[in-house]
Amino acid sequence: MSAFSAIGEGKEIDRNDYTPGLEPQATWCPGCGDFGVLKALKGAAAELGKSPDEMLLVTGIGCSGKLNSYFESYGFHTIHGRSLPVARAAKLANPGLQVVAAGGDGDGYGIGGNHFMHSARENHDMTYIVFNNEIFGLTKGQTSPTSPMGHKSKTQPHGSAKQPLRPLSLSLTSGASYIARTAAVNPNQAKDIIVEAMEHDGFSHVDFLTQCPTWNKDARQYVPYVDIQDSEDYEFDNTDRREAAEMMHETEDALHEGTVLTGRYYVDSDRPSYQQEKQQIGEMPEEPLAERYFDDSYEWERSYDNFLDKHK
Amino acid sequence: MTNDELIWRIAGGSGDGIASTSQNFAKALMRSGLNVFTHRHYPSRIRGGHTYTEIRASADPVKSRGDGYNFLLALGDSFARNPQQNAYYGNEEIKPLSENLDELREGGVIIYDSGLLDASEIEDFDERVEENDWHVYDLDLRTMAREHGREVMRNTAGVGATCALAGIDLEWIEELMTDAMPEKILEPNLEILHEAYEMVESEYDVDAHDVKIPEGEHDEEQVLMSGSDAIAYGAIDEGCRFIAGYPMTPWTEVFTIMSQNLPELGGISEQVEDEIAAAALALGASHAGVKAMSGSSGGGFALMSEPLGLAEMTETPVVLIEAMRAGPSTGMPTKPEQGDLEHVLYTSQGDSHRIVFAPGTVAEAYTQTRKAFQIAYEYQIPSIVLYDQKLGGELVNVPASHFDEEPNPSLGSTLTEAEIADAPHDDSGKFSRFSYDTPEDNGVAPRSIPGQKGGRFLATGNEHMPEGHISEDPENRVFQMNKRMRKLEAIREELDGEVVNNSEYGEEDAQYGFLTFGSQQGTVEEAVDRLNEDGHSVKMLGVSEMAPYPVEQVSEFIESVDEVLVVEMNASAQFRGLTQKEVGRYGDKLSSLLKYNGNPFEPQDIVEGFEVNIVENDDHPHTRTKYVPAAGD
Repeated sequence: MSAFSAIGEGKEIDRNDYTPGLEPQATWCPGCGDFGVLKALKGAAAELGKSPDEMLLVTGIGCSGKLNSYFESYGFHTIHGRSLPVARAAKLANPGLQVVAAGGDGDGYGIGGNHFMHSARENHDMTYIVFNNEIFGLTKGQTSPTSPMGHKSKTQPHGSAKQPLRPLSLSLTSGASYIARTAAVNPNQAKDIIVEAMEHDGFSHVDFLTQCPTWNKDARQYVPYVDIQDSEDYEFDNTDRREAAEMMHETEDALHEGTVLTGRYYVDSDRPSYQQEKQQIGEMPEEPLAERYFDDSYEWERSYDNFLDKHK
Repeated sequence: MTNDELIWRIAGGSGDGIASTSQNFAKALMRSGLNVFTHRHYPSRIRGGHTYTEIRASADPVKSRGDGYNFLLALGDSFARNPQQNAYYGNEEIKPLSENLDELREGGVIIYDSGLLDASEIEDFDERVEENDWHVYDLDLRTMAREHGREVMRNTAGVGATCALAGIDLEWIEELMTDAMPEKILEPNLEILHEAYEMVESEYDVDAHDVKIPEGEHDEEQVLMSGSDAIAYGAIDEGCRFIAGYPMTPWTEVFTIMSQNLPELGGISEQVEDEIAAAALALGASHAGVKAMSGSSGGGFALMSEPLGLAEMTETPVVLIEAMRAGPSTGMPTKPEQGDLEHVLYTSQGDSHRIVFAPGTVAEAYTQTRKAFQIAYEYQIPSIVLYDQKLGGELVNVPASHFDEEPNPSLGSTLTEAEIADAPHDDSGKFSRFSYDTPEDNGVAPRSIPGQKGGRFLATGNEHMPEGHISEDPENRVFQMNKRMRKLEAIREELDGEVVNNSEYGEEDAQYGFLTFGSQQGTVEEAVDRLNEDGHSVKMLGVSEMAPYPVEQVSEFIESVDEVLVVEMNASAQFRGLTQKEVGRYGDKLSSLLKYNGNPFEPQDIVEGFEVNIVENDDHPHTRTKYVPAAGD
């Protein structure tokens, strides 16, 4: 019998099962877009029938990191920018876990940018949700990697002289195999996209536009948005890399002109996940590694029997 | 410094096969029944540059490289000869001969490859030879190798010539070559070996000198092992099946051994984007229920400061390996130093704690790596194995039985699903992962693993309540901090109750003491023997538990002697500082012997340091420090 019986349990799950019994210490302001992520994630987890005990939610630092306080599951609230390496190792250790990592635009695209690039490149089978509000919220409103050019803040009083980072294009170039953008203002689309992302076998990246009513009053708070899959104006094949890239460029240009485009930008269902690749070359066990530590009948190999001959 | 030992130095350019040849030669000597100790010296360069390996072989136990050496095989730096690279490398081809003369003992033997080297390029060579009574054999090894195989095989020719001159039975070398080489290159190598041996025997008087191989016998089977091997095997035997890392000298050796072996054992090795990621991956794997490790050297370990603190706050077990090299910054990548002690003890913010072991020998590197895992997983705290380039790279013989230990895959204080139900829960019914009430009163609340039913909790680097949620409640803060600190006392108690890791050596009621840590232990032991033979009265305590510090044992040691000389390889006396901080007194009893020129201590350095600091200097307190340069540095 599995030592992790919550995995694949498949019982009837309600979204309330993901609500902690205790009142978390409040971090999110009234009207915060982060509530939209929470709502979508709860809805998605319930729809997929994942039990809170088989989910591991790994977060970084900032308002986004507090998602763990509002969402009931196994959790690891790590440090600024480091959610991805923690999450992907947990998935390698126990592939049965439903692993979701989450962080903000500063956390994920700034300090954690290197991990983002490499996690996407390796195509780990996990979901990465980035709360993108174009601002540092918890440290009180500084310019972030996605803030538009000219954005004024206390740390950039003359306005930012930097181009905003383009998360969708960066993700595609880095190698993510599922890339979507959604917004807190459309919880239904958001939920559907997170369901797809969690089901996707590979690195799924969701750039989640979250309004910040406290620190980003000037921003176009992502309204009105357009769902590119619903609109006849934006026909393209999102399984084609080049068409996806072009559409991403258009979307990223448009955001700074006031048009909020959302939807599924790139879906590659054929590429094997990192775990599969690693198994294929014989560098990862078939059975979950973590199970072995609870299996009393497993025979552990030791150096004396395996390696000492070559030292004799 | 008698003739009952052979210290053979093979010198050449990096990439000339010095390391592999010396490794095989050392193994052959070990198989013949001798004790061996190798010392590697190499530049931070891939091809060319002055490199050598020294093998000390004796029937008696050998604990360090010894002072100087008595047999030189100088092969020539073939890469320095490449005319296309002259502009970059400069004219260095004579270095394998010229650079090694200072440490060659009187009466020593020199073989040099006259196919590549020209001794007349060295000023005063003949005078020095005469002055030191050296026996010089200029052999065209290069041509010999070319005629029978390929030029690179001149190493083998050199070994053949060495055997003839030192009286080593070829049988041991042949057997090893047969084991190690594929058919295609074995044949020409054996030919070259014999050709060189016979040529020397027939054309030279091999008894003109008295540098000969001693005879010895082992009473049990031996293995030739480096500190890096021992650390990797210790981890494997302790059930570690996940490693994440980023290459950095000299830590790369442990990382490589693990990466090459883990997949066959059903484990996982990950080479990742940087050291922050590496340590974070180890945390993620450990959180998910696997015994995991990471590691680096000074500069890479600096990046691990963040995940290290996170491991302590979230009480996630993890083992980090720290291989010291000379710093600050990138320092001297291939040279040993013990300058990262304070870095490893104090890095990371806040009241953070970690367990630090600093093994003194290859054998200890194995046992203490295992202990590091046991402590980490039992007490849910990061533990570190701190060693240096010297210990990592030196090959010594260790009885094979030392590794004949049962594996230990236990995850320590981790619950099964059945046990979770009986574990503490809070008022809301949630599992109290960070409960104040710990079963053993040692600060350890057993943990659950994601995927287990009913064990949900949040691990967070913020201060948190028993079930894991973030809290700034002052009362909880004090409880949690005390809980984490209680572990340290419990660990100290556990270590005190064990077969002592910290090695004492010498006369029990000696007048003077040496205190050292890590890789210098064997060298100091040898110096202790020599001083006692010379009529002094000394002993040594080699400390290998850096944190929590063995206060009681060290205090007793210091109290038992008149004065203590603290021996360490760094410029700021970090170990002495730690000792004084921890024992809180005896400051006027301690003085320092420091070496930080990139080479480890030789026994003679310590003997001299003792004479200067203790014997000749009557003034108290002896708090000054002394730097001892090795001969020829």
